[in-house]
Amino acid sequence: MHISEGVLSAPVLAGGAALSAAGLALGLRKMGFERLPQVALLSAVFFVASLIHLPVGPASLHLVLNGLVGLLLGWAAFPAIFVGLTLQAILFQYGGLTGLGVNTLSMALPAVICYYAFAPWLRRGGKAALLTAAFAAGFCSVLLAGVITALSLYLSGEAFLAAAWGVLAASLPAMVIEGVVTSAAVWFLKMVRPSSLGAGQV
Amino acid sequence: MAKHPKHAGPPEPRSLDHAPAAGPAARLDPRGKVVVVFAYSVLMALCPGPLVPAVGVALGLALAAWSRLGWRLLLKRTLAVNSFVAFLWLFLPWQLTLGAEAGFGVVYNPDGVRLAGLITLKANAIFLAVVALLGSSHINDIFHALAHLHLPAKLVTLFVLFYRYLHVMRLEYLRLRQAMAMRCFAPGSNLHTYKSYAQLVGVLLVRSIERSERVYQAMLCRGFRGTFWLLDHFVWRPADTVFCVLGFAAIILLGLMQWGGYPWN
Repeated sequence: MHISEGVLSAPVLAGGAALSAAGLALGLRKMGFERLPQVALLSAVFFVASLIHLPVGPASLHLVLNGLVGLLLGWAAFPAIFVGLTLQAILFQYGGLTGLGVNTLSMALPAVICYYAFAPWLRRGGKAALLTAAFAAGFCSVLLAGVITALSLYLSGEAFLAAAWGVLAASLPAMVIEGVVTSAAVWFLKMVRPSSLGAGQV
Repeated sequence: MAKHPKHAGPPEPRSLDHAPAAGPAARLDPRGKVVVVFAYSVLMALCPGPLVPAVGVALGLALAAWSRLGWRLLLKRTLAVNSFVAFLWLFLPWQLTLGAEAGFGVVYNPDGVRLAGLITLKANAIFLAVVALLGSSHINDIFHALAHLHLPAKLVTLFVLFYRYLHVMRLEYLRLRQAMAMRCFAPGSNLHTYKSYAQLVGVLLVRSIERSERVYQAMLCRGFRGTFWLLDHFVWRPADTVFCVLGFAAIILLGLMQWGGYPWN
């Protein structure tokens, strides 16, 4: 999620930065140097995929896919998402430099949680289990991202309560769409290149 | 007879930012710029009053004029930043009431308007400094500066590879979109659309994984064993010292203006 510069209070910014730095350090430590090209290219794909706008009724929303990032990369989701967000902050000024910690946390932490919760199902189960787990990963990752964003707004000041509810309400349709797209994408990977879902994660 | 170029391969990948690097800010050492911009952003983000961010906006406009980025680009970026700020103007002026006696309702909140104004000033002050100083450097130089500032080597390598292949993957995506358009794909709010986009993402993922294997093999071929060597190193000039001293003097002055206990806040 992009929270613009100057919105969040100092303790929230510092807390987000500290937690993201910890996740980043862990992600970098668990990622061997032989996986650098793979993580970099997957990160580039997710950056490009976030440019896809899906029509939803009269409006449209863009893909986030942080659930899929988590399923494919595990803890490496932290560096992968951080790199994309930093470049976005420098090149397009979406999000901003001081909010990088909170913004990384709000996307990467749900990705890692979805990795632990749902990735094991992808390797074991049949088609139904796989589709359900992938749908849940897409759904929950956006839900949790919305919750972290709303929470960081709310912790920054009571005045943001309405905006926090707005963020949560706005991410409701996104959760369902992300679930559908994530499950269809995982099924595609299972059919075309099953090895990308199994081994090689960190 | 027209002469054919010898190497008719695909064109060099161009960066996504089209910022021309011509002004005096472009010649400054990116290491100094990154440090100053970061300290300045933190100061602005923490300011509780509107005066210092307002000065920051003026300072940022001066910096943007000095770095000669071009007004068209600046205007485009300003609109993008402020579209996020506009979202807050929709929500902040209103307060939710959830109390037992007041019931559920929405009331006008003047504090919210003040807060939205403050955020608008802060966001623009930081944006202008970032775009004027970092936007005038090539992005790869900024990555190198981060390496010299002792960011983890793996992270810097990730930045370099990510940026190198971002445009490649974007072209791949555009090719696939063209192929879909050729087959009369018309997006709508239906399952077919979402499935098609999911498969588009799936193809991109498979191709990126296969490409990353080739990239890694090519890197191994050139002796990669975990260290991504930096080939060019920066030269610190007297102008960079002047810039850093001025930058930190401005940051300290603005900090004193905010927290020095003066009556104007």
